Amino acid sequence: MLVYIIRRSMQSVVVLFVMSLLVFIGVYAIGNPIDILINPQADQIDRERAVAALGLDKPLWEQYFVFLKGALTGDLGRSFVHATSALGLILERMPATMELAIAAMLIAVVLGIPLGLWAGLKPNGFAGRSIMAGSILGFSLPTFWVGLMLIMVFSVMLGWLPSNGRGPTTLLFGVVPVSFLSWEGLQHLIMPATNLALFKLALLIRLTRAGTRESLLQDYVKFARAKGLSNARVIGVHVLRNILIPIVTVIGLEFGSVIAFAIVTESVFAWPGMGKLLIDSINLLDRPVIVSYLLVIVTLFILINLVVDVLYSALDPRVRLTDSKG
Amino acid sequence: MSTVLPAAPVRPAERGVQSPFRRIASDFVANPVAVFGLCLLALIVAAALFAPLISPQNPYDLAQLDVMDSKLPPGSKSPSGGTFWLGTDDQGRDMLSAIFYGLRISLMVGATSTVLALVIGLTMGLTAAYFGGRIETLIMRIVDIQLSFPAILIALILIAVLGQGTGKVITALVTIQWAYYARTVRSAALVEKRKEYMEAARCLALSPARIVFRHLLPNCLPPMIVVATVQVAAAIALEATLSFLGLGLPITEPSLGLLIANGYQYLLSGKYWISFFPGVALLLTIVSINLVADQLRDVLNPRLQR
Repeated sequence: MLVYIIRRSMQSVVVLFVMSLLVFIGVYAIGNPIDILINPQADQIDRERAVAALGLDKPLWEQYFVFLKGALTGDLGRSFVHATSALGLILERMPATMELAIAAMLIAVVLGIPLGLWAGLKPNGFAGRSIMAGSILGFSLPTFWVGLMLIMVFSVMLGWLPSNGRGPTTLLFGVVPVSFLSWEGLQHLIMPATNLALFKLALLIRLTRAGTRESLLQDYVKFARAKGLSNARVIGVHVLRNILIPIVTVIGLEFGSVIAFAIVTESVFAWPGMGKLLIDSINLLDRPVIVSYLLVIVTLFILINLVVDVLYSALDPRVRLTDSKG
Repeated sequence: MSTVLPAAPVRPAERGVQSPFRRIASDFVANPVAVFGLCLLALIVAAALFAPLISPQNPYDLAQLDVMDSKLPPGSKSPSGGTFWLGTDDQGRDMLSAIFYGLRISLMVGATSTVLALVIGLTMGLTAAYFGGRIETLIMRIVDIQLSFPAILIALILIAVLGQGTGKVITALVTIQWAYYARTVRSAALVEKRKEYMEAARCLALSPARIVFRHLLPNCLPPMIVVATVQVAAAIALEATLSFLGLGLPITEPSLGLLIANGYQYLLSGKYWISFFPGVALLLTIVSINLVADQLRDVLNPRLQR
């Protein structure tokens, strides 16, 4: 187990290094940020001074070397636009994204598992069929468009919920600013979180339904019924427990994708998270922020995948962690 | 649809033996919802193909546009005597025509990227499965790493690196999608590889190319068709998302995503139709493809075959 974790971590470092190199070269190749950042009326001397201040006068390999040296000490460079630490900028936005992602995941789990269970127990009933039809819709609806429609209905037509921003934030544990502790913040949170949850909700419904249908045919369920156990106990203990293993895995893995998809939701609802920052930075060619965002999110993903793998082996004793060969 | 035909020699005239294509077709029409999806899809594709013929106006022809007509609600009369059934956008374009032309672009991008990704993925997956060894480890490791990141993230990285434009969006979509095909075809091929007919082909000392393309490939196709159908829908949705974020297709080629993004700024003032109708078109396209894919999955699943 320990060997596995060490080997995985070493692999991850290689992935991170290759990623940073590719992204650095790639971002370098797409146009000159100076054209966007500097006043077009600036003279040549001002221009050269700005280029030198951002370190853009050096050759690419030297820029990368400077970046790498900084990265090892936790400094991923300074944002061209905001003139502050790029990593700090991202970490500052991270709580907003995390809050949104966790809220979305909660909605998906709290609604998805019971609905999937219901659809799995009564696959041919009206409710079961409607739930499945709904989940196909959930897969098909483009996230950003649903967000627009939510704004149209609940903000413009009904005027119940605010259409953008995070609302007032309160400090959780004195450090993390969050929205959900105040009523107004909660009102701001509910629409983006629902929007982000839809896709995962559909996924969880399908997964739970498939698992339920499969385990209902297993011998241990038949045996539990033969013993005369109550329906609630058979489903709650024997069925649910066994389908939880794949569900927990998927929830873990999907959490990363929720953070990535938050980019879209954040743009629709002007939610001040990391994703919105990325889109703004791509448009402004703010290279250090783009590179830092990608490094942060790739690290996050590697961590999530590792935790899920370890959890999986803890939940299911049949799984042995080995470095698979292809 | 003709690609469904497996290469195995089948004589439909033989009594009691039904050709696989006829079986698949008759199984498919057994589900009315899937048939509805297929009809809807056919209509949408037709609308996209014949957009120049059926559109009330050419949305790219500036001579036909009048800023005085901008942001009219659905059902307004146009100065030339027609009706803007779905309203007009901020430049006075008829939304219905804009949607037909937008569908063209969205479907074109989705289909092109799917075909390219399918070819690359098939080749890589079959190579991995047939030859095994180092090549397989290398290809599958790349696939594993790539699939552990969500598509939207990879797309954004690629767009950030490549820049914007139709060709670049297609490149990004292909780069994302080939991995799904490679993984699917490899697992199918690994199963097929151990069957007797493959052994027989090898005993005949046929060339590897002939074995792979004439014997292995046709038998791996059914799962690929299902994945490809799902991926067309995913590609269309992803392109729309990128265009909505302003990182996709150029404004000169307004896909559905761009039309929706265009209407976003007018949504808060209650002019819903500029975003709403392109979104409905996008939704219907994706739903119809997914309905077809869902039924294809059941029909082509060998475990459910009668």
